[in-house]
Amino acid sequence: MADTLTPVLSRGWADERSWTREAYEARDGYSALRTALDMAPEEIVALVKDAGLRGRGGAGFPTGMKWSFIPQDTESPGGGNPKYLVVNADESEPGTCKDIPLMMANPHELIEGVVIASLAIRAEQAFVYVRGEVLHVVRRLRAACREAYEAGYLGADVMGSGRRVDLVIHAGAGAYICGEETALLDSLEGRRGQPRLRPPFPAVEGLYASPTVINNVESIASVPAIVRGGVDWFGSMGTEKSKGFTLYSLSGHVKRPGQYEAPLGITLRELLDLGGGLRDGAELKFWTPGGSSTPILTAEHLDVPLDYEGVGAAGSMLGTKALQVFDQTTSVVRCVLRWTEFYKHESCGKCTPCREGTWWLVQVLQRLDAGQGREGDVELLLDLCDNILGRSFCALGDGATSPITSAIQHFRDEFEAGMHTPSAELFPPAASTLFAAEVSA
Amino acid sequence: MTVEASRETQTPVDLVTLSIDDVEVSVPKGTLVIRAAELVGTEIPRFCDHPLLEPVGACRQCLVEVPDAGNGRGFPKPQASCTLEVAPGMVVRTQVTSPVAEKAQHGTMELLLVNHPLDCPVCDKGGECPLQNQAMSHGRGESRFAETKRTFPKPLAVSEQVLLDRERCVLCARCTRFSEQVAGDPFIALVERGARQQVGIGPSTDEQAFGDRPGADGSSGGAQPFHSYFSGNTIQICPVGALTSADYRFRSRPFDLVSTPSVAEHDACGAAIRVDHRRGTVMRRLAGDDPEVNEEWVTDKDRFAFTWSRQDDRLRTPLVRDPDTGELVPASWPGALAAAAAGLREAAGKVGVLPGGRLTAEDAYAYSVFARVALRTNDIDFRTRPHSAEEAAFLAARVATVQDVATRDLETASTVLLVGLEPEDEAGTLFLRLRKGSRHGVRVAAVASHTTRGLAKVGGELLTARPGEEASALDAIQDSDGSADVGLDARSVVLLGERLASSPGAFSAAVRLAERTGARLAWVPRRAGDRGAVETGCLPTLLPGARPVGDAEARADLAAAWGVRSVPAKAGRDTTSILRAAARGQLRALVVGGVEVDDLPDPALAREALAAADFVVSLEVRESDVTRAADVVLPVAPPVEKSGTFVTWEGRLRPFGRVLDVPGSLTDVRVLAGIAEELGAPLGFRTTAGAMRSMADLGPWDGERVAAPDLAAPEAKEPRGGEVVLATWRQLVDDGRLQDGQDRYRATARRAVLKASAATLAAAGVEPGDVATISTDLGSASFPTAVADLPDGVVWAPGNNGVHLRGALGADHGSTVRLTAGGAS
Repeated sequence: MADTLTPVLSRGWADERSWTREAYEARDGYSALRTALDMAPEEIVALVKDAGLRGRGGAGFPTGMKWSFIPQDTESPGGGNPKYLVVNADESEPGTCKDIPLMMANPHELIEGVVIASLAIRAEQAFVYVRGEVLHVVRRLRAACREAYEAGYLGADVMGSGRRVDLVIHAGAGAYICGEETALLDSLEGRRGQPRLRPPFPAVEGLYASPTVINNVESIASVPAIVRGGVDWFGSMGTEKSKGFTLYSLSGHVKRPGQYEAPLGITLRELLDLGGGLRDGAELKFWTPGGSSTPILTAEHLDVPLDYEGVGAAGSMLGTKALQVFDQTTSVVRCVLRWTEFYKHESCGKCTPCREGTWWLVQVLQRLDAGQGREGDVELLLDLCDNILGRSFCALGDGATSPITSAIQHFRDEFEAGMHTPSAELFPPAASTLFAAEVSA
Repeated sequence: MTVEASRETQTPVDLVTLSIDDVEVSVPKGTLVIRAAELVGTEIPRFCDHPLLEPVGACRQCLVEVPDAGNGRGFPKPQASCTLEVAPGMVVRTQVTSPVAEKAQHGTMELLLVNHPLDCPVCDKGGECPLQNQAMSHGRGESRFAETKRTFPKPLAVSEQVLLDRERCVLCARCTRFSEQVAGDPFIALVERGARQQVGIGPSTDEQAFGDRPGADGSSGGAQPFHSYFSGNTIQICPVGALTSADYRFRSRPFDLVSTPSVAEHDACGAAIRVDHRRGTVMRRLAGDDPEVNEEWVTDKDRFAFTWSRQDDRLRTPLVRDPDTGELVPASWPGALAAAAAGLREAAGKVGVLPGGRLTAEDAYAYSVFARVALRTNDIDFRTRPHSAEEAAFLAARVATVQDVATRDLETASTVLLVGLEPEDEAGTLFLRLRKGSRHGVRVAAVASHTTRGLAKVGGELLTARPGEEASALDAIQDSDGSADVGLDARSVVLLGERLASSPGAFSAAVRLAERTGARLAWVPRRAGDRGAVETGCLPTLLPGARPVGDAEARADLAAAWGVRSVPAKAGRDTTSILRAAARGQLRALVVGGVEVDDLPDPALAREALAAADFVVSLEVRESDVTRAADVVLPVAPPVEKSGTFVTWEGRLRPFGRVLDVPGSLTDVRVLAGIAEELGAPLGFRTTAGAMRSMADLGPWDGERVAAPDLAAPEAKEPRGGEVVLATWRQLVDDGRLQDGQDRYRATARRAVLKASAATLAAAGVEPGDVATISTDLGSASFPTAVADLPDGVVWAPGNNGVHLRGALGADHGSTVRLTAGGAS
């Protein structure tokens, strides 16, 4: 099955000091930039559009199309302003862990992508907004950025072309909301991170009220490969509407958790095979296709193609492709409670449904988890989710309801059991933890 | 010119037709759905939405269903109608016709109440609370929330005047948006996250601020308080009881209050207010809603400073000086009026009248008629602060009966030039409109001594002028084509402050500037009655309705209207001349209205005059230096106890009704009519309404006006060593007597600081931040210092914040004072 993998972004991760410029250049690094410098900006946009690259941050919006929204005509609104590229590296979705290893092992591929994307949208200033907690990533990116400046890949005269691209690596302060693109922009501008009203959309009035493209790390890092390999090569991987390769992050009750770079459309069954299967004696109970904000799926979805359409058809979302796998020892109520506590903690507070709803949901889930649920609690949870989903200011409120509604859909019995039996009795935590030895020690 | 011409013409409004609950409605393009719905009679519940604030879409209470956005496709989710603009063909379903919208609204309402305490029975807002009301109209009957509510210690003092109850807050951000967008004082902001999100104040950058004054919860230490001149508005627009007034907290319930619309008496803006009283006591004042004047905002002074008229020194009965003991003793009204008349008859032909600048137009008119008809003199002047003949000529030529500029024009003017006027301190309502204009592209410039906070908040450019040299600065503006300097043209407005009276040539230069550029002029005095006094002829050279004293035809017109043989033809004395004449015995009696001696240009001369005059009649609300020197004291009603009309700086009439019916509280009109009748020369009216009728019958003068002054700008003066020129004005919150009784409000005053350039301070050996003293031969005043962009050799100090500069130093805007390091010795 090893040939299922398509290591592109991860192709040199095992190299000696893979994160250095030398190592990256040795694996053809920055050759795509050379090519891109000979292309007109519109050609780069068209290339990415034709390749069918879709945003890897969760929503799957076509990257090339996003770039084409940037007004380049000085007559059109915002067209006279500077353009900005902002890379969203505020990876904070529970279960999601692809961008951080990518930036650790292969920062130059991201930087090359940044330069190419900046050329494409005619931005002279780009930013990478990195989650504040991951200081080691910030340091590695800054070191790579410095190397790129020294080599002339960044700066006032990119590789002697006369084109300017500057890059700032900006450390956030660790708020989940700052992964929401407009909150990220507010935070980048030095304000408190809370989502902005749309319209105006960032493509017209983004950073500093100027046209701005905000892309996920993986999306931007995939661009050099597309320039190197071309549209046909990229399209040879993946499915009709979800083209190319991507990083699947396998975690939970599997033998070999980690990053698996494979064509879009691979199934969890295949990925589990690659990952050595579930831990011994375990059987799959439920899993998330793309982090905690995507509705959970179960064993019956093992053969769902993991692309945007396939997962959507199964009633969930591909999201960040963070495959959290849980076996039969896991209490779904406890798991959902933990996730909901996360949303409550991370709700920015701007809108009522998310702020107050998560506060309330946690309290209902807590008593179900403690076996002290009341009659009607399940219906209450569902109704509260209905009052939050689609009513909140940004998608984070929606995301907070997904695990609850999907968990009740698949495991209503366990919630009903919360009326009389604590989850710890039904599913002793020690059995489900991967670190039982450490916990009991 | 074509661009300007097209902006001048009224462009027809583009209308958009949409359907709301199956009713078709056409509204101007850009209208928000929530307001379009109001037009079809549907009130969509809302908290964060406020028509005068930018949309935010935070509370999610106003969700509606939009099955068709106008493009044939609908929104899959309910939409916030407060952020959604109408589109042609849009179909909107509100709670009236959409179960989805109704459920969404009920859901949000229930969530809003999750963390809201059930303290409505003791909450100030209970009974007038949008949350309470909308929970009843758009909520579930009962909450399903039986869990634990979030709690906070309460209340938290965000300033001495404004208390915050964080538990009650629904985080709509109206207060923070008001402070940032309208007032320009972003001293409160949302902090923290999720359900712990709260309104907060920041750490102090000023060690003197708030740290030494514990908050209501006992907290202290370096917080920067919400010291905005407009902070009270946040209390009023708070849709719950989260922000409360420290003075009003727990004082009364809305349903016990009787509300009367009125007009604020603190400045010349005429802000609409609502006065709420209970059993004869005013409990609070709120902003009224008048789009032409103050929109929905008032200054903290207009809101909080209303207890001045019920202080212990309030005069309740007439007083007459006992010839034997020399003491003032209570007298009956008929007795006091007779005594006043007797004294004035004695001094016949030698009486001066100082009505003061705080009267209603009717009361001022009564003084004007009283002087001319009963006393047969033009020795009347309302000006109780520095004044000049140039100013009088300017007022007669360009102000009386002129209505060239309205508050709303400040939103559409190309440029607004402020000269000798600090609107944030002297005309807060005007300031807010100016700020609104500046946020929409109106250019603001100021001929002033330095860049004030107020000027910075309107993005204004400073045209530096040393005090007394404003005229040269105005003459230096030479752009008639709107291209250079500050872009003055026919769509510009020049606002002139009253302290230009102490700057020779300034009014003349302003007239020249207006003629050169086509810009419109307006005079913005500080006091509520100033403009009314100009209109009613409380000036030595001007009769009511802009009739010049020197014009025989105007006098004849007036005499006919008043039914008297003639009106005195001799031009009268101005305030200072009246006082000087009284001190020298040339005038034997004075009739004085609401005048503070320390406010007069020369307080020492005024005291001398009051002592020297044989007979002084004082019409006052409260005891003062004048009443103490008077022979007859006639108590008159404060605005709250009478009806009347203030005339704003625009010339707009602002009639208001009586709030409190206090028997025996008489208007100046009634009192003056009584004296006049005793003198056998009736005014022709006895009531406020009668005075207004008389004024209306009289009408404005349509004959030739007095020529505008045209004095040359004076030569620049170089102060001698150790001396500096003083720039000063009165701040909004200061020690003025109309703010008495409001200690919490007064605690929000800006810190009294002396400002000067670094070089000026260095020359005097003062380290910035250290205390410095300014002094004259009469006295001295010490302030901490701060560096500002004043020209060298000029210092600025507040007029009446800690020290009354005019009273204590005899110093005024443009005076020369000595600057020394350290405190007063």
